Order: sequence, then structure tokens, then C-alpha cells
Amino acid sequence: MKAHAILAKEFIADEARTDWHDETLWFIRQKRDKAAHTLPEWEQLRQWASEIKNHTLSKLDEYLVEFENNARQNGVMVHWASNGDMHNQIVYDIIRQHNITRVVKSKSMLTEECHLNHFLATMGIEVVDTDLGERIVQFRKEPPSHIVLPAIHLTKQDVSDTFHQHLHTEKGNADPLYLTRAAREHLREKFLEAGLAITGVNFAIAETGGFVVCTNEGNADMGAHAAPVHIACMGIEKIIPKAEHLGVFLRLLARSATGQPITTYSSHFHKPREGQQMHIIIVDNGRSRQLARADFRNSLKCIRCAACFNTCPVYRRSGGFSYHTAVAGPIGSILNPNLDLKSYSDLPFASTLCGSCSNVCPVKIDIHEQLWKWRQVIASEGQVAPAKKLMVKGMAFILARPALYRVAGRVGRWCMRYLPFLLNHKLNPWYRQREMPGPAGRSFRDWYIKNKKQ
Amino acid sequence: MNAREHILQAIKAGRPGAVALPGLEQDLAIHYDDVLAKFKTTLEAIGGQWLEISGEEEVSTFAEQESGAGKFVINAAGDNENSLSEMTARQLAGVDMAIVRGKLGVAENAAIWLTEEQMKNRLLPYICQQLVLVLREDEIISNMHQAYQQTRINERGFGAFIAGPSKTADIEQSLVIGAHGPISLKVLIIKENKIA
Repeated sequence: MKAHAILAKEFIADEARTDWHDETLWFIRQKRDKAAHTLPEWEQLRQWASEIKNHTLSKLDEYLVEFENNARQNGVMVHWASNGDMHNQIVYDIIRQHNITRVVKSKSMLTEECHLNHFLATMGIEVVDTDLGERIVQFRKEPPSHIVLPAIHLTKQDVSDTFHQHLHTEKGNADPLYLTRAAREHLREKFLEAGLAITGVNFAIAETGGFVVCTNEGNADMGAHAAPVHIACMGIEKIIPKAEHLGVFLRLLARSATGQPITTYSSHFHKPREGQQMHIIIVDNGRSRQLARADFRNSLKCIRCAACFNTCPVYRRSGGFSYHTAVAGPIGSILNPNLDLKSYSDLPFASTLCGSCSNVCPVKIDIHEQLWKWRQVIASEGQVAPAKKLMVKGMAFILARPALYRVAGRVGRWCMRYLPFLLNHKLNPWYRQREMPGPAGRSFRDWYIKNKKQ
Repeated sequence: MNAREHILQAIKAGRPGAVALPGLEQDLAIHYDDVLAKFKTTLEAIGGQWLEISGEEEVSTFAEQESGAGKFVINAAGDNENSLSEMTARQLAGVDMAIVRGKLGVAENAAIWLTEEQMKNRLLPYICQQLVLVLREDEIISNMHQAYQQTRINERGFGAFIAGPSKTADIEQSLVIGAHGPISLKVLIIKENKIA
């Protein structure tokens, strides 16, 4: 698998697109700020949200059992899955049981994490993603590049070409309204003929056994209320104790995600409708392992708003695909090493550690600190890239020897002045995207000694 | 050991020590002096429209006027719409306009709470082309904390906050009103004391 830096290099090859991506996500970050500033109690809300999640994690098993009991009493079938394969198998068994051939799915990062679509495709079942952005990337056989804005890496011309190919829209017509209407017509038919609807879960309420799904498009509801069978897939960390806590989370979620005061639809499911079957699949897939890691457990507080994506100077300029995973961005960089340390050992390094992610996080996850802690875990397990390892070892050797350090500094400055070609060449990774700075006239130490005497 | 036991045991072994649940002091949340005015401006900002009417009976007048234009209008806020729950998705797909009673309006985000009881059919407020929600002025409150205090979310099998028409910005971040759900949302606000 290609590492983040290499994939990022591919993304930034198109400079105009990179700039658009960067500026657009920053604009969403600004909308988030504007929405947050309309509420004097914003910081209090973040504090409450953080504390509610901390509390819930400390009694997670008890709340899950409470949720399960209440959901069962509501007439919902509850399943448990230790990992992605088990989750996919449960979905497939339900499909088989009902002889279903047509499945619609609204956005669920969990099913992306479990590669559900791919699994069902190998079993001969086509899943239609119904979120507009997800449908676009599905046509293109791409994964989503952002958890809230799945097609943010594409231009309207790209979408126009894709729709022309798959939905026979007019060639070259890139009007977003025209393209959205075409998708609306296409997907309405899919909703009406679906035998099963899969949705994600934003919040699962222990005290009532219900769950809340938030969308702007209305696609989760169109699927769930039209199909004879509804499956809702949730990670174990989606639990909140009480209905009143929804007040806190729904006030934070959309404002943090897009700057809207709330999503258009916040649907509260408790019982299947007359004649319908409703299932909930509760999935672990590494989450209980993350819970046991004191340094990293609070990553499980995440409510998937993507505020950390939109603010991240690295994500904005490297694109979602550079993270080669379902959940990209800063939060993805602390969640994925738990799933597979070796495959994702590059991600905690895809950060400047500026801390902006932690500052915008609505549930106060210390994301940048965890990135730094993962780096330490990765180094101690010998997963650091060889060149980086060699360089850091070399630096450590020099930095530990003051006399050698002074000589090296002098040599370095002399070289920059008189032999710049020694550094300004393609083999120096630092030089690839940057001009080297001008050499200082003397070291800080020399300056200090001189000025101290005066 | 099955998956359930395995997961629960792993959580129990790995969970942190007890952390207290915070008390939510709801007075800290924003309250608006004029909730109706705030509700209206928020609704407009999210792409919705509003119309003031002077009494519940005007809803059926509104419905009749709209039907006059040859549109398929369903007034679920009316009395005799019990057959609605029997309608199939394909039949509902032909609905041009649905009028549904809301239970509660929230000024901070213009969200309106309604349950299956008001919808009559869960699909109706999503599949119709135009949605009209009806609220009485005194059913509008300031914020979501109050909303959850005043509703029991599991009172019915399904309930939802609906805020504005369906929308998407998935194509180059251009806002398009009307994604999969209604392409417009109008709120009829009943002002009981409105002087004619």
C-alpha cells in the first residue's frame, strides 16, 4: 500500500484542484465558526458532550445491555458482531432469509469500514448508495474521500461526465441543480423497488432503545420507510444514556459539520412500522480494544462531524484518498492504527501537530496529542520508515554531542553559502517542495556569547 | 462464547474507571425573547417559507386552494385521513403536496417535531414533492433542550425533527434545495389572537 506522502503527492499534482479543495474546506470551517459563535453556551455544550461521552464509555457494557433490552421490547431484532466479516455475514443472512435482491443504503461509515458493498457484490447482491455524494463515487468505483462530503474531491464537470455515462444526462451539462434532479429521479425508483434499506446510526439511546439518523437529503428515511426490511448498523460507541442528551449532540453535530443549525432530518426510530421488520447490528471491530488503551480510548467519543478534516492543513491539501482508509483526516489517523498498526503506521505522521483538530472537536478529543502518542507506539514497534529512522538516529547522535553539533552547524552554514548545490538537489526531500532558507551569519550560541559579554 | 458475551466482556475489562454524568443546567442555553421572530428568520435561512393563518380551520381552506390547481394534495392534518397508513410507497410517490400537523417548533434551528401520529404514514413527509407543516404560535420554543424536555421521543414508533426542505451540496458544494425529500417546505403558523 502506498503511504500518505506518496498519495498526497499524486493529489497535489493538480495544483488548481488542490487549491479549490483547500479553500472549500476552509470555507466550511469558517461556516462552522460562524454557527458556533451564535451560541454563547458553545463551549459549555462541548464540555457536556465530552463528559457525557466519557461517562458512557465508563459504563459502556451496561448501557449496551440496557439499549438492547429496550430495543427488543420495541420489537426490533438486535444482533452483535465482533468484526466486519461477522457484520457482513449477518446482513447477508437477513437478505437471504427474505430473498431480497435490491438493497438501498444511506451513509454509514461503519459499513465502509467493513467493506459491506464489496462483500455483498461478491455474493451477487447490488447495493445502491443513496446519498448523492456516495452515489457519485459509487458510479466511479471510488470510496468516499470525506465522511460528510463524500465527493468533495470532484468538480461538477467530473460529476457531469459520470452522470452522462451512467444516467444519460446531457453531455457537458454541469449545472448542479440539473444533475441533482437527475439523481433524484434515478434514486426515487431505487427507493420504490428496494426490498431492504440499510442505514447507519448517529446516536443510540440506552433508556429508550431507539436510534437517531441524521441526513440533509432525506435518503435514509426514503429507504427505511419504503422498504419492508430495515437494518441499522452501529458501532458500540454510538450509545448515549438518555434522550435529553440528544439535545446536546444534535446542537453540536450539524453546526460542527457544515455550519447548519441542525440537519434537515433528525429521525428517531423506535419500532418497526406495521408489517415491517427492523434489525440493529451492534459492531465491535476493534473498538473494545481501543477502549482498553488509556491513551487512545477517547477517540471513541467521535460523532463523525468531520470538523477536524475541514480544519486540518494536511487533509485540506492532500485529499481524502491519501489516507487510504474509510475514515480519513485527523480522527482517522488515530482510529486506524488501532485496526491495523502496520498498514496505517504512516497516518499519525500525516499531521503538523498544530492542534487545530482538537480545538474544533465538539466532543473534545485530544486528537493531536494522540497523533503524537501513536508516533511513539509506532517507533517503539519498529514501524517507522527506514529513511526517517536513519535521519532521526543521525540527528540524535549529533544533538547529544555539543562539540560535534557546533562543528556540524558551522559546516552546514558554510556549505549553504558556498556549495548550495550540495543541498539544493532532488535527493534532498526537504528541497523538493521548498527553497532552502538563506544561511544565518552565525549560530545563536555565538550571538549569545557575544551579547552576554556586552 | 458468542459475539455478544465476547464484546461485553472485552468492554468490561477495558473500560475506564467510573466517570460522573454531567447535570445539564438548561438555563445556560440560549433563550430568545421573541421566539416566533427567531423561528421565522431561521426558517428562511435554511430555505423554508412561512405563512401566518388565523385558525386551525384555515388549514383546510389552504388545502382546497392548493388542490384547485390540479395537484394531488393530502391533508394529513385533516380528520378523515385514516386510509393514509394503507397507502403504498408507489401511491405516495404521486403526492404533490402533503400537509401535516407539527407538535413543536424550535426557534434556534427551525426544526419541527412530529411523530407517526401526525404523519399518518411515515413515508408521507419525505416522499411528497412539497411539504407543509402546521404549528400554533405557542408551540414554538427556544432551543433543543426544551424540545427534549417537552417530548417523549418514544411516544410513538417513529418521530422526527424536520428543518426545512431536503437539500444537498454534494456537487462542488453548490447548495441545491430538493435532494430526495420535498423540494419545498412551508410552515403554516396559526396565530390565534391575530386580529383580522
